[in-house]
Amino acid sequence: MTFEGILNIPPYSLDRTKKETLLTQRLTELTRLHRANCPEYDAMLKSIGFDESKISNYSEIPFLPVRLFKELELRSVPKEEVVKTMTSSGTTGQAVSKIYLDRVTSSNQQKVLVKIVSSFTGSGRMPMLIIDCPSVIKNRAMFSARGAGILGFSIFGSDRQYALNDDMQLDIETVEKFLEKHSGERILLFGFTFMIWQHFYRELVRLRDETGKTFDLSNGILIHGGGWKKLVSEAVSQEQFKKCLTDVCGLHDVHDYYGMVEQTGSIYMQCECGHLHASIFSDVIIRDPYDFRVLQQGEKGIIQVVSTIPESYPGHSLLTEDEGILLGEDDCPCGRLGKYFTVTGRLQNAEIRGCSDTYAAKF
Amino acid sequence: MTNLEKYNSAFITTFEITEEQLAGLKYQDIEAWDSVGHMGLIAALEDAFDIMMDTDDIIDFNSYEKGKEILSKEEYGVKF
Ligand SMILES: [Zn+2]
Repeated sequence: MTFEGILNIPPYSLDRTKKETLLTQRLTELTRLHRANCPEYDAMLKSIGFDESKISNYSEIPFLPVRLFKELELRSVPKEEVVKTMTSSGTTGQAVSKIYLDRVTSSNQQKVLVKIVSSFTGSGRMPMLIIDCPSVIKNRAMFSARGAGILGFSIFGSDRQYALNDDMQLDIETVEKFLEKHSGERILLFGFTFMIWQHFYRELVRLRDETGKTFDLSNGILIHGGGWKKLVSEAVSQEQFKKCLTDVCGLHDVHDYYGMVEQTGSIYMQCECGHLHASIFSDVIIRDPYDFRVLQQGEKGIIQVVSTIPESYPGHSLLTEDEGILLGEDDCPCGRLGKYFTVTGRLQNAEIRGCSDTYAAKF
Repeated sequence: MTNLEKYNSAFITTFEITEEQLAGLKYQDIEAWDSVGHMGLIAALEDAFDIMMDTDDIIDFNSYEKGKEILSKEEYGVKF
């Protein structure tokens, strides 16, 4: 099946058997493609004597640790065909992952993101308030995880406005004007979890308490990602995060998502029941951190992610540094098919590397 | 301004290029038409013609010529 063919399937419409067939076929093709075009990848698979023609399930395809993209320049296309390089966040002294995108992969990332997100928001575009500062997408040659996220989601915004200025302060006047202009309309809010908490939520609380000024965002839908690490250390749970936002500005349609720069596009959106869902474009496999066997539902382990998108770099099967639990498959009360899971945190001793976590490390 | 002039002007001002560069121009042919530039171009066109484009059309809009084809569709009704 071509990738165009996969794109025509509704993102949460395949049950376990059908999805397994689709993923096994596509991911085996990608394994073959990357072996033929990325010598380092081929060498790794040779060294373990892997033969993709013998596999019966995509879980047998080897996974690369995400940090390998910090140590090696892994590309499956000639340098001239790279149109965009994405980088994971890194603080000074930390190595940075580099992900090389050609036209096809970059365009497929955007297409998949549109399929997934519009199945939650509807296909219409909305006025969009970005809870970040404009300078985050200034360096166009190198996209950080934050920049890439904002840019990818920008396609859903009809009139886009940044809520923070470059000093990371809430631009009250701009936000007020924006809300006035679009009063009564459904509004999309997008940002990284920690930014929203630190620079948006807290400022709204301060304004309310000190000046009595409030904003009504009850028409809004908020999509946020980038990890919970910093908020967990501040003892803010997901439930509290949502409740606090509802209390201060009426926002109640809130969706977290799980995703990473190494597999941009095929994100895991949180449904109305609070579960992260795998779409047909990707999947999670929870593994034992010691022997890497596949764990059962309910058991906590390290998260492997597979994605049908990456053609320009060998990142279709990766071992993350996150821990999670598979909650179920094909039977979430929200009606979406596929696996649903929760991310419980970062693997002990893993280098800090969440999307917005690097920024958080400064606090 | 004719619709073609408006269309060309959106490219010329967004990407800071000349009219001679327009024919055959494709997404990512020039540095300015990257993914950031693309969203800028779409915003400029939406302003110029007072339309709102579908996400699918924004993705399919991958060349100067393809863009004309998309805007000529019934829902946008731009005649060149
Ligand atoms: Zn669900």
